[in-house]
Amino acid sequence: MTPDTAFDPGAEAGRATDAILRDTLHGTARGVVVDSPPGAGKSTLVVRAALELADAGRPLMVVAQTNAQVDDLVVRLAEKNGELPVGRLHSSDADPYDKALDDLPNVRKSAKAGELAGLPVVISTAAKWAHVKVDEPWRHAIVDEAYQMRSDSLLAVAGLFERALFVGDPGQLDPFAIVGSEQWAGLSYDPSASAVTTLLAHNPELPQHRLPVSWRLPASAAPLVSNAFYPYTRFRSGTDHGDRRLAFGVPSDGSGPDRVLDEAAESGWGLLELPARHTPRTDPEAVRAVATVVRRLLDRGGAATSERSSDPTPLTADRIAVGTAHRDQAAAVRAALAELGVTDVTVDTANRLQGREFDVTVVLHPLSGRPDATAFHLETGRLCVLTSRHRHACIVVCRAGVSELLDDHPSTEPVQLGVTVKFPDGWEANHAVLAHLAEHRVVWRP
Amino acid sequence: MSLISTLARLEAVRTGRAQPAATVRHRHLSERPLVLVPLTTAGEAGAPLGALVGTDRDAPRLLVVPQPRDRDLRFAFLAELADVVLPYIDTFTEDVEAAERNETDPETGKRIKVEVELCADAPQLIVPSRAGVELVRLLGRSMRFRRTAEQDPETPHPAPPHVPLLGRWLTHFGERARVPGSALLLALTEVLGRHWATGQSSLEDQHLGALLAWIDPPDGVSGAEAALDAELRRDAQGQLVCPPAGPATDPAFDNKLLAPAIERYDRARTALAAAEDGMEADDRLGELTAAEREIRALVESVTRPTWDAVWHGLDLLRGLPEGAHAVDRWTRDRWSFTGHRDRITAGEPPQPRRDDAVTAANKLATREREQARLDAQEALDDPLVMAGRRLAGEAFAGEVTDVVMAYSEGKSPRPRPLVTVRTDDRPHLGERAKVFRSLGGKPQSAEFVDHEEEGALVVLRVVDKMGRGKEPETGSVPEKGDRICFTLFEHEQRGGAKLPDPEETPWTHGGPPGEESTVQESADPVTEEDVL
Repeated sequence: MTPDTAFDPGAEAGRATDAILRDTLHGTARGVVVDSPPGAGKSTLVVRAALELADAGRPLMVVAQTNAQVDDLVVRLAEKNGELPVGRLHSSDADPYDKALDDLPNVRKSAKAGELAGLPVVISTAAKWAHVKVDEPWRHAIVDEAYQMRSDSLLAVAGLFERALFVGDPGQLDPFAIVGSEQWAGLSYDPSASAVTTLLAHNPELPQHRLPVSWRLPASAAPLVSNAFYPYTRFRSGTDHGDRRLAFGVPSDGSGPDRVLDEAAESGWGLLELPARHTPRTDPEAVRAVATVVRRLLDRGGAATSERSSDPTPLTADRIAVGTAHRDQAAAVRAALAELGVTDVTVDTANRLQGREFDVTVVLHPLSGRPDATAFHLETGRLCVLTSRHRHACIVVCRAGVSELLDDHPSTEPVQLGVTVKFPDGWEANHAVLAHLAEHRVVWRP
Repeated sequence: MSLISTLARLEAVRTGRAQPAATVRHRHLSERPLVLVPLTTAGEAGAPLGALVGTDRDAPRLLVVPQPRDRDLRFAFLAELADVVLPYIDTFTEDVEAAERNETDPETGKRIKVEVELCADAPQLIVPSRAGVELVRLLGRSMRFRRTAEQDPETPHPAPPHVPLLGRWLTHFGERARVPGSALLLALTEVLGRHWATGQSSLEDQHLGALLAWIDPPDGVSGAEAALDAELRRDAQGQLVCPPAGPATDPAFDNKLLAPAIERYDRARTALAAAEDGMEADDRLGELTAAEREIRALVESVTRPTWDAVWHGLDLLRGLPEGAHAVDRWTRDRWSFTGHRDRITAGEPPQPRRDDAVTAANKLATREREQARLDAQEALDDPLVMAGRRLAGEAFAGEVTDVVMAYSEGKSPRPRPLVTVRTDDRPHLGERAKVFRSLGGKPQSAEFVDHEEEGALVVLRVVDKMGRGKEPETGSVPEKGDRICFTLFEHEQRGGAKLPDPEETPWTHGGPPGEESTVQESADPVTEEDVL
């Protein structure tokens, strides 16, 4: 019997979850850290831990990073347990929360923490929690997306709780500061580092867990993402080859976009390679190519079959996303899509796609058409986010010559004393992904 | 690099002259700045070789360390520098105005207003380049922990009086220079580079001579030629005609001129020490003085061109009118200066070697806020900067073509007029995106409703600053035919949340400073390769 057949993803993930909940509910450490690869059920874990802590009668605060994440968690909690009173602490701006929360009878909303006192679970963003003052700290906290939280925002809220469960994905984008922070590089509490980095530097004895199974990524994607971005903490896909299928009602017309769609439907990956060229950031040809791929994806009547249901589900615009590195690129793609009459497809930067899930993603490669490879464009997390949002297939649009570009630009960032070097570096991860994509290449001259 | 600055650089290449990147001056310039042109010795970090310093462009004070490896001579240099810088700073500490500051009352915990002093003006240090700012920081760090004989009679190598104080001030200047938009310590190349776009790379812009050559080339010469000339032309002796602005010196100068001169100085010094009688000592002292004078002349010959270039650059900057918000930022510099003055008067210890967790987080938050504020203020002060933001889709300007009165729903309906703007810009407006315009210096917000005519028309709903009544106050709603400019970025920055006091540092960050739980630095283990 090979290890492959012995691997039972459900049981494996269940064991990990049980250990996490045991440490959280009955452990003695003040903190528990959980690393979760893309789509490994992080949100499910957070909801489950929240319900169990509430059941155990421990007042719980939940810290998430954005309002969208907070609203999403509130809705998920209400889905699992409609009886549980939940407090949604929000800002005093206009439209501070998703209107869907108004339909949930047990969710109380307020801009003042005092009005939510005594509720078993109170959820808000880190930015809002930072303004809260309490006489007595919460017994327990859950910090969601902790790797995307900056050390200084943890500093602002850590006084509010006694113990906490920190959950996040170490492979996604690191938090950033809009001004230089080299001054503090190497300090254990560098305010621009991630919250988990600081937490573990000061509390190395805290139990650390890992979710071993990605339920989102298909069997075609998990090995690549795992090898390229998580080489020391590998994970598997929860589904096997053949569990998921992407098919088109309309046959290929032989054009580049159609051929790359067929390749991606077959193998899970597709690279649409345009001729090598140095271009402005909003490379009009590449942008048009991205838009055309999306247009054809919709026109060809895609249908996705997965373990969720036996019947194929039509691939609709809301199940497709386009990912870019820069906001102006996203804006250019939106404009190009609008010209082709495509609406409702999510187009955003890697930063904003974090935590989202789609059936098919179309990615404009961060290094496409660039004359140089800066630290921003090489950042491991950026490529990781872009190539790990899909359940079925990912199509990358890129100009030729990126691997030569990488070879011309080895990482030259200054080494800072005391800073743990992150492996793999963006350079290596980019090469790994490109090498894999090269096997699914469709060369196209628009 | 933004699209507009790329365009400006291309235009500079074509025309052979630097192109304006701003129409107003975005940094406050003091009427009486202290210019410092420092040089360091090659091969030893932060060992000063000399400096020109002063407030009078015609009479700089020349400070020289004839033997940079001699610590006593270095201290003498720093003491002399303190004699110039500290009296200059002192001229600003006395002249104060009354001001108010919000403080937390320690008894009630409420925010109250406290009457405090605010220095009416502040000192301003100008160095030629960014590397000069780094040197100011380094000098500050090397001096502020020194002890004078007066502070500690037991100290083995006492520093001359005032040197530690100078270190504290230079540290403050260096730290303040990290705050975006601050002007207590300016690197001239950075300020010039903010206001003009040259046809060379931003790396080359760090050469003050080349930068000025692009901005103000001699008659009949293109900026590119003049810049190349400034970078490369050497005289018959092989010396650069336009010496680098420092603090590093040109190796040809070090090898051909400086090293032999220092060697002569060393020989003269050894000879003087070996003199056997008064007559001989007198002669040899004469030789030593001559040798020292030679080094002084050498140092002056390579700092004076930079000194003149700095004042030339200041003249060019003064030719631009000051931006409206620059004075607000200067007021914050004055607060910063007053604060440090008070800390020194109160006898507080020098700035610690490293920030604690809370201080570091506070500094980062302040700087991020100042950066956002600077970006917004520069755009509001300067149509050329705003044009760059418009080109980047972060703002749009146009003519109001229609205003339809509308009201909000609810018990007491509020005015929510719909304003249509015709624009050639292509702002990145998301669904219900908030936009802002300046109305009498205050931001008025509106939300994006719809595009019409393929983006040429933008429909907005104005949501505030229209008074308390049912009808909007006159002048608070744009009228048909008005030219207006909206930004997608906010004009003002909110203050962040208050962080805990350092004594309340939580367990996630190692607890209060000084306690055992903080991570201890351990020295690297000694290995066989360690030969020293």
